[in-house]
Amino acid sequence: MTEPQTRHITLRVNGQAREITTPVRKTLADALRTDLGLTGTHLGCETGLCGACTILVDGRAMRACLMLAVQAEGHAITTIEGLAPSPSELHPLQQAFCRHHALQCGFCTPGLLTTLVEFLHDVPNPSEAEIREAISGNLCRCTGYDTIVAATLEAAAMLRPQP
Amino acid sequence: MKPPDFTYHAPETLEQALSLLASLDNARLLAGGQSLMPMLTMRFAFPDHVIDLNRVAGLAGITQTGDTLRIGAMTRQRDLLDHPFVQQKIPLLAQALALIGHRQTRNRGTIGGSLCHLDPAAELVSVMTALGATIEIAGPNGPRDVAMADFPLGYMTPSLAPDELVTAVHLPVPPPGHGASFLEFSRRHGDFAIVSAAVMLTRHSSGHLADAVITLGGVGPVPLRLAKAEALLAGQTPTPDLFTQAACLAREIDAMEDAQIPAWYRRRLAESLTRRALTAAHQSLPGAA
Repeated sequence: MTEPQTRHITLRVNGQAREITTPVRKTLADALRTDLGLTGTHLGCETGLCGACTILVDGRAMRACLMLAVQAEGHAITTIEGLAPSPSELHPLQQAFCRHHALQCGFCTPGLLTTLVEFLHDVPNPSEAEIREAISGNLCRCTGYDTIVAATLEAAAMLRPQP
Repeated sequence: MKPPDFTYHAPETLEQALSLLASLDNARLLAGGQSLMPMLTMRFAFPDHVIDLNRVAGLAGITQTGDTLRIGAMTRQRDLLDHPFVQQKIPLLAQALALIGHRQTRNRGTIGGSLCHLDPAAELVSVMTALGATIEIAGPNGPRDVAMADFPLGYMTPSLAPDELVTAVHLPVPPPGHGASFLEFSRRHGDFAIVSAAVMLTRHSSGHLADAVITLGGVGPVPLRLAKAEALLAGQTPTPDLFTQAACLAREIDAMEDAQIPAWYRRRLAESLTRRALTAAHQSLPGAA
């Protein structure tokens, strides 16, 4: 073995520069949870199927379980902990989820919210069908998707620039 | 589970990547990781070395020269889908890309990664075959090109030596005014297709079909061109009956069987999807009702 099996990396997480030393085989999802204490990123399947671990990498929604932590070196990561603008105020999408009871157990919620934040940024005025397609990679086993779609439609209206 | 232990390499140039690939035993290339990462986590793959291509300069990007589109191997599926030229001029590719996995996997998954993984049901494998793409390969003896139709040697086996890697895909831009449709059947949106059908049609000014391309994905280890049906359609006046007749020929294909899906079911899907894709491609021709 010519190179060390751990690496020291720097990355930005929720706007803050962070440094960790991580085994090269560790996934980004595990590093966020165990090294940085950001346990809001949930791990369901660890194989890219369930979408619970979705985070934003440079603004794009990706599976944190399908990236190695070392690959995040130099990138900007946003996790569920970074969505709310302040400790006392939730993101409009989070507010809409509350109002519509778009979660029960909450396991899938971080992945849905990060996915939908990116989606609403790209598609500010989505149809219901477009929302359902956008969250097709996020499995929810409690509420079903009706309330999630309703909350997203409302959040989209809140986030759109008012004429 | 968690990935097994390996040594991680992050080359920054193509030369570094090739020299690592040539010198290391049991090395795997890591592109978007949307297939390799689950394979590591499920312990289906035990590489001693992982060579990460994400920091290699110049492997991503889309350039158009004349009537060819060059797509760098590390181009994300999402970036190709969003490309205005693809949206406007290559509808077959745009339709296929939209069916790959989910938004989150398209954001990370790459064109070259999917083609080299060569899953028989992968949309990109089928659509690049239909479009007549050329694969650009780099190796210790310099670059070489291989036609997409010759790239799969067998089940999940690309025509690549252990010290070679794919650097780009070259796509001939289909003629303006062609009709296209990519359809697939899967049990849930974003799943691999059980069967997919890619159809491109061109028409003479007389209204007769000039040329038809029909490619089926998911039916066998490699994409299948429905040559008999293509020959039947060429020169004919397009009618629903003609499309039904052409699609019938899909009943004769060799289809694979697995624990969930019997071969006869794949053949029936192939027939239905071919008929629907022919109809949709015809309707997308300019001036069609």
